[in-house]
Amino acid sequence: MKQKRDVQQGTLALMVLKTLDVLGPLHGYGIARRIEQISGDLLSVNQGTLYPLLLRLEQEGAIQSEWGPSESNRRARFYRMTRAGHKLLEAEKRDWEQTAAIIARFFEVKAVEVKAQDLA
Amino acid sequence: MSTLKRLFTRLLNVTTRSRSDERLREEMDSHIAAQTEENISAGMTPEQARRYARLKFGSVEAVREGYHAEKGLPFLETLLLDVRYALRVLRKSPAFTVVALITLMLGIGANVVVFGVLNAVLLHPLDVSDPQNLYQMRHKQWAMGRLLTTSYPAFEDLRRRNTTFSGMAGIYGYSHGGLSWRNAEMRVSGDEVTGNYFDLLGVQPQIGRFFHIADEHGPDSAPYVVLSDALWRSRFHGDRDVVGATVELNKHPFTVIGVASAQFHGTEKFRWPDYWIPMVNERQVEAGDYLHSRTSITVTVIGRLKPGMMPQQATDDLNAIAAQLAKEYPETDDGQQLRLIHPGLIGDEGDVIRGFLYGVTVLALLVLAAACANLATLFAARAADRSRELALRVALGSSRRRLVRQLLTEAVMVSLMGGAAGLGSAYTLLGVLNRSSPFAGSLTVSVDARVYLVGLTLTLGSALLFGLVPARQVWQSSPVQMMKSGPVDSLRRFALRDLLLGVQVAICTLLVTASLVAVRGMVRVLHVPLGFQPQGAMLAEMDLSQVEQTGDEALEKKKAMIEALRSIPGVTAAGTVSRTPMTGGMHGIPIYRPGTAEFKLKNSVLAPYVFTMSPGYLDAARTRLLSGRDVSWQDTARTPYVAIVNETFARKMWGETPAIGQRFVIGGKLTEVVGLAEDGKYHDMQEPSQPVVYLPLLQSDDNEGVFVVRSRLAPNEMAAALERTLSGIEPNVPITVQSWSDSLAGELFPARAATVALGVMGLLAAMLAVTGIFGMAAYNVSRRMKELGIRVALGARKTQVMSAAVGRPMVLLGVGSVLGLLAGIFASRLLGQIVYQANPRDPVVVGGVVLTMTLLGIAASAIPARRALAVDPSKLMREE
Repeated sequence: MKQKRDVQQGTLALMVLKTLDVLGPLHGYGIARRIEQISGDLLSVNQGTLYPLLLRLEQEGAIQSEWGPSESNRRARFYRMTRAGHKLLEAEKRDWEQTAAIIARFFEVKAVEVKAQDLA
Repeated sequence: MSTLKRLFTRLLNVTTRSRSDERLREEMDSHIAAQTEENISAGMTPEQARRYARLKFGSVEAVREGYHAEKGLPFLETLLLDVRYALRVLRKSPAFTVVALITLMLGIGANVVVFGVLNAVLLHPLDVSDPQNLYQMRHKQWAMGRLLTTSYPAFEDLRRRNTTFSGMAGIYGYSHGGLSWRNAEMRVSGDEVTGNYFDLLGVQPQIGRFFHIADEHGPDSAPYVVLSDALWRSRFHGDRDVVGATVELNKHPFTVIGVASAQFHGTEKFRWPDYWIPMVNERQVEAGDYLHSRTSITVTVIGRLKPGMMPQQATDDLNAIAAQLAKEYPETDDGQQLRLIHPGLIGDEGDVIRGFLYGVTVLALLVLAAACANLATLFAARAADRSRELALRVALGSSRRRLVRQLLTEAVMVSLMGGAAGLGSAYTLLGVLNRSSPFAGSLTVSVDARVYLVGLTLTLGSALLFGLVPARQVWQSSPVQMMKSGPVDSLRRFALRDLLLGVQVAICTLLVTASLVAVRGMVRVLHVPLGFQPQGAMLAEMDLSQVEQTGDEALEKKKAMIEALRSIPGVTAAGTVSRTPMTGGMHGIPIYRPGTAEFKLKNSVLAPYVFTMSPGYLDAARTRLLSGRDVSWQDTARTPYVAIVNETFARKMWGETPAIGQRFVIGGKLTEVVGLAEDGKYHDMQEPSQPVVYLPLLQSDDNEGVFVVRSRLAPNEMAAALERTLSGIEPNVPITVQSWSDSLAGELFPARAATVALGVMGLLAAMLAVTGIFGMAAYNVSRRMKELGIRVALGARKTQVMSAAVGRPMVLLGVGSVLGLLAGIFASRLLGQIVYQANPRDPVVVGGVVLTMTLLGIAASAIPARRALAVDPSKLMREE
């Protein structure tokens, strides 16, 4: 069996926002499943983190929620992006890309290059 | 932005305590249901599907906790919980709470009052622009009044020749007279100032304008008056139209040009002028012309330094000018060295006032320290009693941090409530003090932000001081130990509590010493031989300067008045004197030996106080005439000049030779001594013996005077009779009558204030000592009841039981008292700042302290000791 990893701290919000952005309104279970699927079931979403996070995003005004019928006609709470949420997603995305780019550079740089730069 | 919004939402959730548990529960249910469905469709049995769904979801409780933490503010919520719990605990032991609150209230209240006064007197600068750069010039030694600097011509020389000051203004602060407005006459006093005064200080009027240099064009050219806010409100009813109106000051018309702001009271904190007039117009208000005399030392000089100038440079500059002036005017200018002080506190009295206030502040802080030690003991004892409860909470999973937080919350709650009560009572007390205006002059002590801040700091500081002791105790204890054996820490030989009580007793002894020293000082001041007897004498003041009459007529009238007063039934003696002692007045009049060629200041032998008096004054004042005769109505301008001198004068002039018949020169007149009067106090209580000359009324041109009447009647009866008699002879002149003792009350104010302040603190300290010792002894006894019972059952003697019960507090009392007494002796310099002639080594004081502390110890331990002796072993044994 594959070893599943918990979602890294701080990245869950980004994943939640991106999921809602792509798929439109979703309930908590849907969001969790979706994140796990996209990660190729490499990640496991901890519900103890997900629901407080959803509440926080809602309090910050990034998402809105309301009760609605689920696919199997159950009552479920659906979360939807707000305009502020889109802005937040953009900002988070830029941040993340920047971080990723920096990290990537560190892996690309070879010892010879660093020395060459130092000498120059 | 979004963080702020979120904070508000969370705050709202906390305050409304909105419970959306329901929502989360439903959401979780639907989550699990969805997972179950998926599991079923993946081929599980429904039962298995539900089980796995739940397993995957994880702990519902954990989700709920995380959810709540996000929803509200956990820190705030715990705090609220702690506060609520603390309130409940405190309510459960009301006696403890009340004692703690009162202790703190007194400690913090005393400090706030003292700081309030300190703040108003010392920390608040004068309400002028850039007060730090405002200086007042003082003579190095020559004690020409407490404020005066120099003569007006010398002031002009200083102003013109100096190179270090950007500006210099002169003030004559003793201007007074009758102000008439719309047929109403009032007595007022104010400042006569140079034209640049207001501009130099950089102050603005609230209405109208101030006068400036440009308003002055030679003598009597600027008949303008600026009113103080207080005078404008009380006598002119705050009428804005008064600007431009004409009032009369000593019968001369002056135009009101402006009203000073309510914050501006001149340059003295304890003496607020009613008005300001330009100095060029002084002749209209004063009897003489001081603007052209180099011998009338009437001007107080203030100035501002040029930017970048150091006070030392300025002092050197001034002294160089003073030396020049002494060369140019050898007759009159003596080249006295000058120095710079900051104005505001009656010249050099500043040092005394500062020392007093800082001294009292130190003592007030000591009271608070004792109160904190007391509270720390109480709290520690309580924590020990609650150790089972605390241990239980630790055992149930409460973290130690949480317990300490709980205990500190309790301490902070108590101190906040106590501090609020203390601030409240201090506020009330200061209000009462302000209204009754016991402060010499008209200083108001306002409770401003700084005072509140100090109150809050003291409150929280003391909470930490006494809250950390029990917290530390809990931090170090082990729950297992506590549960197993209950409170046992008293078995330790020397606990922190003992140290606290010892410190407390030592501080209290120090404070009791201080208050006894103060009381002794007060008693001594009250018994200082004054050289006159204010009790039983009345003073009547009549302003005769407005009555048009020649000198001779005035004297005749005065003689008639004294005769009339003497004939009032019950009156034993009556007379007039230019000014009664301790009301300021003429002093430093130079005296020369007969035959002195040049009447220069430096040839003078003495500079005594001079009083002008009528026959009968010495008798009315009960100043004993040691030899010779009193002045008489036959000593007139046409007979040889005579004088009465006091012992100090005689000793300094002629040593052991009898003074009667000796001669000296005063005011250019050769004068013969005809009487010798006893020494006394003439300016203040503290002065060393001063030389004094009494001149007969009929040989002087000084017509001002106070009637002194001694009688056997009660003061109120006497007052009516005096007024009737005097207005019978000179109607339509305002008369003020008061008993001499009342008029001296102001002079005794510092000694009284010190005694009251230290007395109150000593009392507080004594109360703290009693509660501290009582608390410890009572606690000891209640904790060791069982042990005492066993001891009694085994045949212990009463003394043994006693020593077991209250021995330790008594030992602490003894050690603490000795330390406190020693500290008191070493602190005599501190006490000397507060009390005149403080001497803690005085055997009466030492004895008093020992007696007080012994009595306190007995009083505090009597009840616990009785309880210990009344132990009934059989009953106690049965109880457990």
